[in-house]
Amino acid sequence: MMKSIKPLLYKDGLWAFLMLLPNLIGFLMFLLLPVLATFVISFSSWNLTDSFDFNGIDNYKELFKDPVFIQVMGNTLYFTAASVPIGIAVSLLLAVFLNQKLRFIRFYRAAFFIPVISSMVAVSVIWQWIYNPEYGLLNYALSWFGIDGPAWLTDPNWAMPTVIITSIWKSLGFNMLIFLAGLQSISDSYYEAADIEGANWYAKFRHITLPLLSPTTFFVTVMSIINSFQVFDTVYLMTQGGPARSTSVLVYYIFQNAFQYFRMGYASAMAYVLFFIVLIITFIQFWRQKKWSIY
Amino acid sequence: MKPRIWLKPTAHVILLIGSIIMLFPFIWSVCTSLKNVNEVFTYPPRFFGEELKFTNYTNMTDRFPIIRFFFNTLKITVIVVVFQLITSSMAGYVFARLRFRFREGLFGLYLATLMVPAQVTMIPTFLLMKYYGLLDSHWSLILPSLVSAFGTFLLRQFFSTIPEALEEAAKIDGCTPFGIYWRIFVPLSKPALATLGIFIMLGTWNDFVNPLVFINSMSKMTLTLGLANMQGLYSTDWPALMAATVITVLPILIVFLSAQDIFVRGVTLSGLKEG
Repeated sequence: MMKSIKPLLYKDGLWAFLMLLPNLIGFLMFLLLPVLATFVISFSSWNLTDSFDFNGIDNYKELFKDPVFIQVMGNTLYFTAASVPIGIAVSLLLAVFLNQKLRFIRFYRAAFFIPVISSMVAVSVIWQWIYNPEYGLLNYALSWFGIDGPAWLTDPNWAMPTVIITSIWKSLGFNMLIFLAGLQSISDSYYEAADIEGANWYAKFRHITLPLLSPTTFFVTVMSIINSFQVFDTVYLMTQGGPARSTSVLVYYIFQNAFQYFRMGYASAMAYVLFFIVLIITFIQFWRQKKWSIY
Repeated sequence: MKPRIWLKPTAHVILLIGSIIMLFPFIWSVCTSLKNVNEVFTYPPRFFGEELKFTNYTNMTDRFPIIRFFFNTLKITVIVVVFQLITSSMAGYVFARLRFRFREGLFGLYLATLMVPAQVTMIPTFLLMKYYGLLDSHWSLILPSLVSAFGTFLLRQFFSTIPEALEEAAKIDGCTPFGIYWRIFVPLSKPALATLGIFIMLGTWNDFVNPLVFINSMSKMTLTLGLANMQGLYSTDWPALMAATVITVLPILIVFLSAQDIFVRGVTLSGLKEG
Protein backbone atom coordinates (compact mmCIF):
# COMPACT_ATOMS: atom_id res chain seq x y z
CA MET A 1 0.00 0.00 0.00
CA MET A 2 2.80 2.42 0.86
CA LYS A 3 4.18 2.01 -2.64
CA SER A 4 1.02 3.30 -4.25
CA ILE A 5 1.01 6.39 -2.05
CA LYS A 6 4.66 7.27 -2.31
CA PRO A 7 4.75 8.55 -5.90
CA LEU A 8 1.90 10.84 -4.99
CA LEU A 9 3.80 12.19 -2.02
CA TYR A 10 6.66 13.16 -4.30
CA LYS A 11 4.23 15.19 -6.35
CA ASP A 12 3.07 16.97 -3.18
CA GLY A 13 5.65 19.69 -3.67
CA LEU A 14 4.19 20.80 -6.99
CA TRP A 15 0.61 20.65 -5.73
CA ALA A 16 1.56 22.47 -2.56
CA PHE A 17 3.16 25.22 -4.62
CA LEU A 18 0.16 25.57 -6.95
CA MET A 19 -2.46 25.57 -4.21
CA LEU A 20 -0.46 27.86 -1.97
CA LEU A 21 0.45 30.36 -4.69
CA PRO A 22 -2.58 32.72 -4.57
CA ASN A 23 -2.39 32.87 -0.79
CA LEU A 24 1.38 33.30 -0.83
CA ILE A 25 1.28 36.23 -3.28
CA GLY A 26 -1.24 38.07 -1.09
CA PHE A 27 0.67 37.18 2.06
CA LEU A 28 3.95 38.53 0.70
CA MET A 29 2.48 41.65 -0.95
CA PHE A 30 0.14 42.79 1.79
CA LEU A 31 1.53 41.32 5.01
CA LEU A 32 5.16 40.30 5.05
CA LEU A 33 6.68 42.96 2.77
CA PRO A 34 4.64 45.81 4.32
CA VAL A 35 5.79 44.75 7.80
CA LEU A 36 9.41 44.95 6.66
CA ALA A 37 8.84 48.12 4.61
CA THR A 38 7.35 49.96 7.58
CA PHE A 39 10.46 49.04 9.57
CA VAL A 40 12.72 50.49 6.84
CA ILE A 41 10.58 53.63 6.42
CA SER A 42 10.70 54.20 10.19
CA PHE A 43 14.39 55.08 9.80
CA SER A 44 13.71 57.77 7.20
CA SER A 45 12.40 61.31 7.13
CA TRP A 46 10.17 60.55 4.15
CA ASN A 47 7.13 62.76 3.64
CA LEU A 48 6.00 61.51 0.17
CA THR A 49 7.16 64.67 -1.66
CA ASP A 50 10.89 65.00 -0.87
CA SER A 51 13.45 62.36 -1.75
CA PHE A 52 13.73 59.31 0.48
CA ASP A 53 16.48 60.00 3.05
CA PHE A 54 17.49 57.83 5.95
CA ASN A 55 17.87 59.65 9.24
CA GLY A 56 18.94 56.82 11.51
CA ILE A 57 17.01 56.56 14.74
CA ASP A 58 15.97 60.24 14.71
CA ASN A 59 12.26 59.34 14.53
CA TYR A 60 12.50 57.14 17.60
CA LYS A 61 14.45 59.80 19.46
CA GLU A 62 11.90 62.42 18.47
CA LEU A 63 9.08 60.26 19.85
CA PHE A 64 10.35 60.52 23.36
CA LYS A 65 10.68 64.29 23.11
CA ASP A 66 7.36 64.84 21.37
CA PRO A 67 4.92 66.10 24.03
CA VAL A 68 1.97 65.07 21.86
CA PHE A 69 3.27 61.51 21.59
CA ILE A 70 3.72 61.36 25.35
CA GLN A 71 0.19 62.71 25.76
CA VAL A 72 -1.35 60.19 23.34
CA MET A 73 0.49 57.34 25.06
CA GLY A 74 -0.93 58.58 28.36
CA ASN A 75 -4.41 58.72 26.86
CA THR A 76 -4.03 55.23 25.42
CA LEU A 77 -3.00 53.91 28.84
CA TYR A 78 -5.92 55.76 30.45
CA PHE A 79 -8.30 54.19 27.93
CA THR A 80 -6.84 50.71 28.50
CA ALA A 81 -6.62 50.95 32.28
CA ALA A 82 -10.26 52.01 32.55
CA SER A 83 -11.98 50.04 29.79
CA VAL A 84 -10.29 46.64 30.28
CA PRO A 85 -11.00 45.99 34.00
CA ILE A 86 -14.51 47.46 33.90
CA GLY A 87 -15.36 45.65 30.66
CA ILE A 88 -14.12 42.35 32.05
CA ALA A 89 -15.82 42.68 35.42
CA VAL A 90 -19.18 43.53 33.88
CA SER A 91 -19.04 40.88 31.15
CA LEU A 92 -17.97 38.21 33.65
CA LEU A 93 -20.82 39.11 35.98
CA LEU A 94 -23.33 38.99 33.13
CA ALA A 95 -21.95 35.65 31.97
CA VAL A 96 -22.37 34.23 35.50
CA PHE A 97 -26.00 35.33 35.51
CA LEU A 98 -26.52 34.02 32.00
CA ASN A 99 -25.13 30.63 33.05
CA GLN A 100 -28.12 29.83 35.30
CA LYS A 101 -29.92 27.67 32.73
CA LEU A 102 -32.33 30.52 32.21
CA ARG A 103 -35.20 30.86 29.85
CA PHE A 104 -34.90 33.49 27.13
CA ILE A 105 -31.15 32.89 26.99
CA ARG A 106 -31.21 33.30 23.21
CA PHE A 107 -32.87 36.68 23.57
CA TYR A 108 -30.35 37.95 26.14
CA ARG A 109 -27.44 36.61 24.15
CA ALA A 110 -28.70 38.31 20.98
CA ALA A 111 -29.39 41.58 22.79
CA PHE A 112 -25.85 41.80 24.15
CA PHE A 113 -24.34 40.74 20.85
CA ILE A 114 -26.12 43.25 18.60
CA PRO A 115 -23.75 46.14 19.51
CA VAL A 116 -20.82 43.82 18.71
CA ILE A 117 -21.97 43.18 15.15
CA SER A 118 -23.03 46.76 14.43
CA SER A 119 -20.66 49.06 12.65
CA MET A 120 -18.80 51.50 14.89
CA VAL A 121 -19.84 54.32 12.56
CA ALA A 122 -23.54 53.60 13.06
CA VAL A 123 -23.05 53.14 16.79
CA SER A 124 -21.15 56.39 17.16
CA VAL A 125 -23.78 58.36 15.24
CA ILE A 126 -26.49 56.98 17.53
CA TRP A 127 -24.55 57.64 20.71
CA GLN A 128 -23.61 61.16 19.66
CA TRP A 129 -27.31 61.84 19.39
CA ILE A 130 -27.93 60.37 22.84
CA TYR A 131 -24.97 62.28 24.33
CA ASN A 132 -26.07 65.57 22.73
CA PRO A 133 -25.92 68.07 25.62
CA GLU A 134 -29.00 70.07 24.53
CA TYR A 135 -31.44 67.58 23.05
CA GLY A 136 -29.84 64.26 23.97
CA LEU A 137 -31.74 61.60 25.77
CA LEU A 138 -29.05 60.95 28.38
CA ASN A 139 -29.07 64.41 29.92
CA TYR A 140 -32.85 64.38 29.79
CA ALA A 141 -32.92 61.12 31.73
CA LEU A 142 -30.43 62.54 34.24
CA SER A 143 -32.62 65.59 34.73
CA TRP A 144 -35.29 63.33 36.24
CA PHE A 145 -32.88 62.81 39.11
CA GLY A 146 -32.04 66.49 39.27
CA ILE A 147 -28.65 65.95 37.70
CA ASP A 148 -27.37 68.55 35.28
CA GLY A 149 -25.50 66.31 32.80
CA PRO A 150 -22.18 67.48 31.35
CA ALA A 151 -21.46 68.23 27.69
CA TRP A 152 -20.28 64.65 27.36
CA LEU A 153 -18.16 64.69 24.22
CA THR A 154 -17.05 68.31 24.22
CA ASP A 155 -15.94 68.61 27.85
CA PRO A 156 -12.20 67.79 28.08
CA ASN A 157 -12.71 65.99 31.40
CA TRP A 158 -15.72 63.98 30.25
CA ALA A 159 -14.79 63.17 26.65
CA MET A 160 -12.51 60.22 27.49
CA PRO A 161 -14.86 58.60 30.03
CA THR A 162 -17.65 58.96 27.45
CA VAL A 163 -15.57 57.25 24.76
CA ILE A 164 -14.65 54.52 27.27
CA ILE A 165 -18.29 53.89 28.22
CA THR A 166 -19.26 53.61 24.55
CA SER A 167 -16.41 51.18 23.88
CA ILE A 168 -17.33 48.99 26.83
CA TRP A 169 -20.97 48.99 25.75
CA LYS A 170 -19.98 47.88 22.26
CA SER A 171 -17.64 45.02 23.18
CA LEU A 172 -19.42 43.71 26.28
CA GLY A 173 -21.33 40.98 24.43
CA PHE A 174 -18.22 39.51 22.84
CA ASN A 175 -16.39 39.04 26.12
CA MET A 176 -19.57 37.82 27.78
CA LEU A 177 -19.92 35.02 25.23
CA ILE A 178 -16.34 33.89 25.74
CA PHE A 179 -16.83 33.89 29.50
CA LEU A 180 -20.09 31.97 29.08
CA ALA A 181 -18.31 29.29 27.07
CA GLY A 182 -15.63 29.11 29.76
CA LEU A 183 -18.25 28.78 32.50
CA GLN A 184 -20.08 26.05 30.64
CA SER A 185 -16.89 24.02 30.42
CA ILE A 186 -16.63 23.89 34.24
CA SER A 187 -18.00 20.54 35.41
CA ASP A 188 -21.11 20.60 37.60
CA SER A 189 -19.51 18.08 39.94
CA TYR A 190 -17.37 20.78 41.57
CA TYR A 191 -20.47 22.75 42.48
CA GLU A 192 -22.31 19.63 43.67
CA ALA A 193 -19.41 18.80 45.97
CA ALA A 194 -19.44 22.36 47.28
CA ASP A 195 -23.20 22.15 47.85
CA ILE A 196 -22.70 19.07 50.01
CA GLU A 197 -20.09 21.00 52.00
CA GLY A 198 -22.67 23.75 52.42
CA ALA A 199 -20.73 26.42 50.57
CA ASN A 200 -22.59 29.65 49.87
CA TRP A 201 -22.88 31.38 46.50
CA TYR A 202 -19.94 33.71 47.06
CA ALA A 203 -17.64 30.94 48.30
CA LYS A 204 -18.39 28.87 45.22
CA PHE A 205 -17.76 31.83 42.94
CA ARG A 206 -14.53 32.72 44.72
CA HIS A 207 -13.09 29.20 45.11
CA ILE A 208 -14.46 27.29 42.12
CA THR A 209 -15.57 29.62 39.34
CA LEU A 210 -12.77 32.17 39.43
CA PRO A 211 -9.81 29.74 39.63
CA LEU A 212 -11.18 27.37 36.99
CA LEU A 213 -12.08 30.27 34.75
CA SER A 214 -8.66 31.93 35.04
CA PRO A 215 -7.33 30.77 31.63
CA THR A 216 -10.40 32.30 29.97
CA THR A 217 -10.11 35.46 32.04
CA PHE A 218 -6.46 35.74 31.11
CA PHE A 219 -7.24 35.27 27.42
CA VAL A 220 -9.98 37.91 27.50
CA THR A 221 -7.69 40.30 29.38
CA VAL A 222 -4.87 39.92 26.88
CA MET A 223 -7.15 40.34 23.87
CA SER A 224 -8.85 43.35 25.46
CA ILE A 225 -5.54 45.04 26.21
CA ILE A 226 -4.29 44.47 22.67
CA ASN A 227 -7.55 45.81 21.23
CA SER A 228 -7.48 48.83 23.55
CA PHE A 229 -4.03 49.80 22.37
CA GLN A 230 -5.40 49.80 18.83
CA VAL A 231 -8.55 51.82 19.48
CA PHE A 232 -9.20 54.22 16.60
CA ASP A 233 -12.70 54.22 15.06
CA THR A 234 -14.44 55.26 18.26
CA VAL A 235 -12.16 58.22 18.81
CA TYR A 236 -12.02 59.31 15.18
CA LEU A 237 -15.79 59.25 14.85
CA MET A 238 -16.91 60.62 18.20
CA THR A 239 -14.34 63.25 19.12
CA GLN A 240 -11.64 63.54 16.41
CA GLY A 241 -9.20 63.19 19.27
CA GLY A 242 -10.52 66.33 20.95
CA PRO A 243 -11.35 68.41 22.82
CA ALA A 244 -7.81 69.71 23.39
CA ARG A 245 -6.38 66.30 22.40
CA SER A 246 -7.96 64.80 25.53
CA THR A 247 -9.04 61.69 23.58
CA SER A 248 -6.12 61.48 21.13
CA VAL A 249 -4.85 57.94 21.29
CA LEU A 250 -1.80 56.28 19.74
CA VAL A 251 -3.42 54.98 16.54
CA TYR A 252 -5.21 58.28 16.01
CA TYR A 253 -1.85 60.06 16.13
CA ILE A 254 -0.33 57.48 13.76
CA PHE A 255 -3.22 58.11 11.37
CA GLN A 256 -2.77 61.88 11.59
CA ASN A 257 0.96 61.71 10.94
CA ALA A 258 0.65 59.26 8.06
CA PHE A 259 -2.42 60.50 6.21
CA GLN A 260 -2.85 64.11 7.25
CA TYR A 261 0.73 65.40 7.77
CA PHE A 262 2.23 62.75 5.45
CA ARG A 263 5.13 62.16 7.85
CA MET A 264 5.50 58.55 6.75
CA GLY A 265 8.80 57.98 8.56
CA TYR A 266 7.56 59.29 11.88
CA ALA A 267 4.23 57.45 11.61
CA SER A 268 6.07 54.21 10.78
CA ALA A 269 8.24 54.57 13.87
CA MET A 270 5.10 54.96 15.96
CA ALA A 271 3.51 51.95 14.30
CA TYR A 272 6.56 49.95 15.35
CA VAL A 273 6.27 51.15 18.93
CA LEU A 274 2.70 49.83 18.86
CA PHE A 275 3.89 46.57 17.31
CA PHE A 276 6.51 46.22 20.03
CA ILE A 277 3.90 46.73 22.78
CA VAL A 278 1.57 44.13 21.23
CA LEU A 279 4.52 41.75 20.87
CA ILE A 280 5.41 42.03 24.56
CA ILE A 281 1.81 41.40 25.61
CA THR A 282 1.63 38.39 23.28
CA PHE A 283 4.85 36.93 24.68
CA ILE A 284 3.55 37.30 28.21
CA GLN A 285 0.50 35.34 27.08
CA PHE A 286 2.60 32.53 25.57
CA TRP A 287 4.70 32.34 28.68
CA ARG A 288 1.66 32.13 30.95
CA GLN A 289 -0.02 29.54 28.74
CA LYS A 290 3.05 27.32 29.03
CA LYS A 291 2.92 27.58 32.79
CA TRP A 292 -0.74 26.52 32.79
CA SER A 293 -0.29 23.59 30.47
CA ILE A 294 2.19 22.08 32.96
CA TYR A 295 -0.33 21.26 35.61
CA MET B 1 -28.90 23.59 51.70
CA LYS B 2 -30.71 26.83 51.20
CA PRO B 3 -32.85 26.88 48.10
CA ARG B 4 -31.55 29.63 45.89
CA ILE B 5 -34.92 30.80 44.70
CA TRP B 6 -33.70 34.39 44.48
CA LEU B 7 -30.90 33.70 42.03
CA LYS B 8 -32.87 33.18 38.83
CA PRO B 9 -35.19 36.18 39.29
CA THR B 10 -32.16 38.38 40.08
CA ALA B 11 -30.46 37.10 36.96
CA HIS B 12 -33.53 37.88 34.87
CA VAL B 13 -33.85 41.39 36.27
CA ILE B 14 -30.18 42.21 35.71
CA LEU B 15 -30.06 40.69 32.24
CA LEU B 16 -33.28 42.44 31.26
CA ILE B 17 -31.93 45.82 32.37
CA GLY B 18 -28.71 45.04 30.52
CA SER B 19 -30.61 44.06 27.38
CA ILE B 20 -32.52 47.33 27.48
CA ILE B 21 -29.26 49.28 27.76
CA MET B 22 -27.93 47.31 24.80
CA LEU B 23 -30.99 47.62 22.59
CA PHE B 24 -32.36 51.01 23.53
CA PRO B 25 -29.95 53.08 21.40
CA PHE B 26 -31.04 51.11 18.34
CA ILE B 27 -34.73 51.48 19.14
CA TRP B 28 -34.21 55.19 19.72
CA SER B 29 -32.45 55.42 16.38
CA VAL B 30 -35.38 53.79 14.57
CA CYS B 31 -37.82 56.13 16.36
CA THR B 32 -35.75 59.20 15.48
CA SER B 33 -35.52 58.09 11.86
CA LEU B 34 -39.33 58.26 11.61
CA LYS B 35 -39.73 61.78 13.01
CA ASN B 36 -40.06 65.15 11.37
CA VAL B 37 -36.81 67.18 11.59
CA ASN B 38 -38.23 69.81 13.95
CA GLU B 39 -39.87 67.20 16.19
CA VAL B 40 -36.41 65.91 17.05
CA PHE B 41 -35.70 68.98 19.12
CA THR B 42 -38.87 68.93 21.20
CA TYR B 43 -38.38 68.86 24.92
CA PRO B 44 -39.12 66.55 26.68
CA PRO B 45 -38.16 63.98 24.03
CA ARG B 46 -40.88 61.64 22.80
CA PHE B 47 -40.71 58.27 21.19
CA PHE B 48 -42.86 59.10 18.20
CA GLY B 49 -43.67 62.25 16.28
CA GLU B 50 -47.09 63.36 15.04
CA GLU B 51 -46.86 60.90 12.19
CA LEU B 52 -44.43 58.19 11.13
CA LYS B 53 -42.40 59.79 8.38
CA PHE B 54 -41.21 56.90 6.27
CA THR B 55 -40.42 59.53 3.67
CA ASN B 56 -37.19 60.25 5.59
CA TYR B 57 -35.85 57.09 4.02
CA THR B 58 -36.87 57.95 0.48
CA ASN B 59 -35.88 61.63 0.78
CA MET B 60 -32.46 60.66 2.02
CA THR B 61 -31.78 58.50 -1.01
CA ASP B 62 -32.49 61.53 -3.19
CA ARG B 63 -29.97 63.69 -1.41
CA PHE B 64 -27.35 61.11 -0.72
CA PRO B 65 -26.19 58.12 -2.83
CA ILE B 66 -26.82 55.64 -0.04
CA ILE B 67 -28.11 52.99 -2.45
CA ARG B 68 -24.78 53.29 -4.24
CA PHE B 69 -22.93 52.90 -0.91
CA PHE B 70 -24.99 49.84 -0.18
CA PHE B 71 -24.13 48.12 -3.44
CA ASN B 72 -20.46 49.15 -3.21
CA THR B 73 -20.29 47.57 0.23
CA LEU B 74 -22.16 44.49 -0.91
CA LYS B 75 -19.88 44.01 -3.92
CA ILE B 76 -16.68 44.37 -1.90
CA THR B 77 -17.95 42.15 0.90
CA VAL B 78 -19.05 39.32 -1.41
CA ILE B 79 -15.75 39.33 -3.34
CA VAL B 80 -13.64 39.42 -0.18
CA VAL B 81 -15.60 36.66 1.57
CA VAL B 82 -15.53 34.31 -1.43
CA PHE B 83 -11.86 34.78 -2.28
CA GLN B 84 -10.60 34.82 1.29
CA LEU B 85 -12.40 31.53 1.91
CA ILE B 86 -10.83 30.03 -1.22
CA THR B 87 -7.27 31.21 -0.51
CA SER B 88 -7.50 30.36 3.19
CA SER B 89 -8.92 26.89 2.70
CA MET B 90 -6.48 25.91 -0.05
CA ALA B 91 -3.48 27.12 1.92
CA GLY B 92 -4.92 25.65 5.11
CA TYR B 93 -5.17 22.27 3.40
CA VAL B 94 -1.60 22.56 2.05
CA PHE B 95 -0.22 23.36 5.51
CA ALA B 96 -2.28 20.63 7.18
CA ARG B 97 -1.65 17.78 4.76
CA LEU B 98 0.94 18.22 2.01
CA ARG B 99 4.60 17.60 2.65
CA PHE B 100 7.18 19.97 1.18
CA ARG B 101 10.35 21.75 2.17
CA PHE B 102 10.10 24.86 4.33
CA ARG B 103 6.53 23.98 5.32
CA GLU B 104 7.07 24.52 9.03
CA GLY B 105 9.11 27.67 8.47
CA LEU B 106 6.55 29.19 6.14
CA PHE B 107 3.68 28.36 8.46
CA GLY B 108 5.68 29.90 11.30
CA LEU B 109 5.87 33.13 9.29
CA TYR B 110 2.08 33.12 8.87
CA LEU B 111 1.69 32.60 12.61
CA ALA B 112 4.10 35.42 13.37
CA THR B 113 2.08 37.90 11.30
CA LEU B 114 -1.04 37.09 13.34
CA MET B 115 0.15 39.47 16.03
CA VAL B 116 0.98 42.32 13.66
CA PRO B 117 -1.42 45.23 14.24
CA ALA B 118 -3.14 46.41 11.05
CA GLN B 119 -1.58 49.85 11.47
CA VAL B 120 1.86 48.39 10.78
CA THR B 121 1.01 47.31 7.23
CA MET B 122 -1.18 50.26 6.34
CA ILE B 123 1.47 52.77 5.24
CA PRO B 124 3.28 50.50 2.73
CA THR B 125 -0.07 49.26 1.43
CA PHE B 126 -1.12 52.87 0.88
CA LEU B 127 2.15 53.57 -0.97
CA LEU B 128 1.73 50.45 -3.08
CA MET B 129 -1.79 51.46 -4.09
CA LYS B 130 -0.61 54.98 -4.84
CA TYR B 131 2.25 53.64 -6.99
CA TYR B 132 -0.09 51.47 -9.05
CA GLY B 133 -2.74 54.20 -9.31
CA LEU B 134 -5.28 52.14 -7.36
CA LEU B 135 -6.07 54.74 -4.70
CA ASP B 136 -9.73 55.74 -4.70
CA SER B 137 -10.73 52.47 -6.35
CA HIS B 138 -12.35 49.40 -4.89
CA TRP B 139 -9.22 47.42 -5.73
CA SER B 140 -7.47 49.15 -2.84
CA LEU B 141 -10.07 47.68 -0.48
CA ILE B 142 -10.34 44.26 -2.14
CA LEU B 143 -6.75 43.28 -2.97
CA PRO B 144 -5.23 43.46 0.55
CA SER B 145 -8.17 41.48 1.96
CA LEU B 146 -8.07 38.52 -0.42
CA VAL B 147 -5.67 36.70 1.88
CA SER B 148 -5.61 36.51 5.66
CA ALA B 149 -3.11 34.82 7.92
CA PHE B 150 -5.85 34.33 10.50
CA GLY B 151 -8.16 32.50 8.07
CA THR B 152 -5.32 30.32 6.86
CA PHE B 153 -4.37 29.48 10.42
CA LEU B 154 -7.94 28.76 11.50
CA LEU B 155 -8.67 26.38 8.61
CA ARG B 156 -5.27 24.68 8.90
CA GLN B 157 -6.12 23.93 12.53
CA PHE B 158 -9.54 22.64 11.55
CA PHE B 159 -8.25 20.47 8.69
CA SER B 160 -5.66 18.93 11.02
CA THR B 161 -8.49 17.45 13.07
CA ILE B 162 -9.95 15.55 10.10
CA PRO B 163 -8.86 11.88 10.35
CA GLU B 164 -6.36 10.82 7.69
CA ALA B 165 -8.26 7.59 7.12
CA LEU B 166 -10.88 9.54 5.20
CA GLU B 167 -8.50 10.39 2.40
CA GLU B 168 -6.61 7.08 2.20
CA ALA B 169 -9.11 5.50 -0.20
CA ALA B 170 -9.12 8.57 -2.43
CA LYS B 171 -5.31 8.55 -2.50
CA ILE B 172 -5.22 4.92 -3.56
CA ASP B 173 -7.70 5.65 -6.32
CA GLY B 174 -5.22 8.20 -7.61
CA CYS B 175 -7.07 11.32 -6.56
CA THR B 176 -4.89 14.44 -6.75
CA PRO B 177 -4.30 16.59 -3.66
CA PHE B 178 -6.58 19.22 -5.16
CA GLY B 179 -9.24 16.57 -5.69
CA ILE B 180 -8.94 15.46 -2.07
CA TYR B 181 -9.19 19.08 -0.93
CA TRP B 182 -12.22 19.78 -3.09
CA ARG B 183 -14.16 16.52 -2.69
CA ILE B 184 -13.31 15.58 0.92
CA PHE B 185 -12.04 18.55 2.93
CA VAL B 186 -14.31 21.30 1.67
CA PRO B 187 -17.58 19.32 2.12
CA LEU B 188 -16.48 18.17 5.59
CA SER B 189 -15.65 21.65 6.80
CA LYS B 190 -18.78 23.54 5.79
CA PRO B 191 -19.49 24.63 9.40
CA ALA B 192 -15.94 25.93 9.84
CA LEU B 193 -16.11 27.73 6.48
CA ALA B 194 -19.48 29.26 7.42
CA THR B 195 -18.07 30.51 10.72
CA LEU B 196 -14.99 32.02 9.10
CA GLY B 197 -17.10 33.44 6.26
CA ILE B 198 -19.41 35.23 8.66
CA PHE B 199 -16.51 36.81 10.49
CA ILE B 200 -14.90 37.96 7.25
CA MET B 201 -18.25 39.40 6.20
CA LEU B 202 -18.64 41.26 9.48
CA GLY B 203 -15.13 42.70 9.30
CA THR B 204 -15.48 43.82 5.68
CA TRP B 205 -18.99 45.26 5.96
CA ASN B 206 -18.14 47.26 9.09
CA ASP B 207 -14.60 48.24 8.07
CA PHE B 208 -14.12 51.96 8.45
CA VAL B 209 -10.41 52.72 8.54
CA ASN B 210 -9.51 51.22 5.16
CA PRO B 211 -12.21 53.09 3.22
CA LEU B 212 -11.19 56.21 5.15
CA VAL B 213 -7.58 55.89 4.01
CA PHE B 214 -8.12 54.64 0.47
CA ILE B 215 -11.38 56.15 -0.84
CA ASN B 216 -12.14 59.79 -1.67
CA SER B 217 -14.93 59.96 -4.25
CA MET B 218 -18.47 59.89 -3.03
CA SER B 219 -19.43 57.38 -5.75
CA LYS B 220 -16.89 54.83 -4.46
CA MET B 221 -17.65 55.04 -0.75
CA THR B 222 -18.88 52.18 1.39
CA LEU B 223 -21.78 52.52 3.83
CA THR B 224 -19.57 53.20 6.84
CA LEU B 225 -17.49 55.91 5.18
CA GLY B 226 -20.57 57.35 3.48
CA LEU B 227 -22.43 57.56 6.77
CA ALA B 228 -19.47 59.25 8.46
CA ASN B 229 -19.35 61.76 5.60
CA MET B 230 -23.05 62.33 5.71
CA GLN B 231 -22.72 63.21 9.38
CA GLY B 232 -20.24 65.91 8.43
CA LEU B 233 -22.66 67.36 5.87
CA TYR B 234 -25.99 67.11 7.68
CA SER B 235 -24.88 67.21 11.29
CA THR B 236 -28.27 68.29 12.66
CA ASP B 237 -30.60 66.38 10.35
CA TRP B 238 -30.91 63.59 12.88
CA PRO B 239 -33.87 61.80 11.24
CA ALA B 240 -31.94 61.45 7.95
CA LEU B 241 -28.78 60.39 9.79
CA MET B 242 -30.68 57.81 11.80
CA ALA B 243 -32.37 56.48 8.66
CA ALA B 244 -28.91 55.99 7.14
CA THR B 245 -27.76 54.32 10.35
CA VAL B 246 -30.68 51.90 10.22
CA ILE B 247 -29.86 51.04 6.61
CA THR B 248 -26.22 50.40 7.57
CA VAL B 249 -26.99 48.13 10.50
CA LEU B 250 -30.06 46.30 9.19
CA PRO B 251 -28.41 43.89 6.69
CA ILE B 252 -25.91 42.68 9.28
CA LEU B 253 -28.64 42.42 11.89
CA ILE B 254 -30.73 40.21 9.59
CA VAL B 255 -27.75 37.94 8.90
CA PHE B 256 -27.00 37.78 12.61
CA LEU B 257 -30.54 36.95 13.69
CA SER B 258 -30.85 34.23 11.07
CA ALA B 259 -27.47 32.68 11.88
CA GLN B 260 -27.06 33.44 15.58
CA ASP B 261 -25.66 30.01 16.37
CA ILE B 262 -22.88 30.31 13.81
CA PHE B 263 -21.84 33.64 15.34
CA VAL B 264 -21.88 32.22 18.84
CA ARG B 265 -19.91 29.15 17.80
CA GLY B 266 -17.31 31.35 16.15
CA VAL B 267 -16.82 33.50 19.23
CA THR B 268 -16.67 30.59 21.65
CA LEU B 269 -14.23 28.74 19.38
CA SER B 270 -11.83 31.66 19.43
CA GLY B 271 -12.11 31.85 23.21
CA LEU B 272 -11.76 28.19 24.07
CA LYS B 273 -8.95 27.50 21.64
CA GLU B 274 -6.70 30.08 23.25
CA GLY B 275 -7.93 29.78 26.80
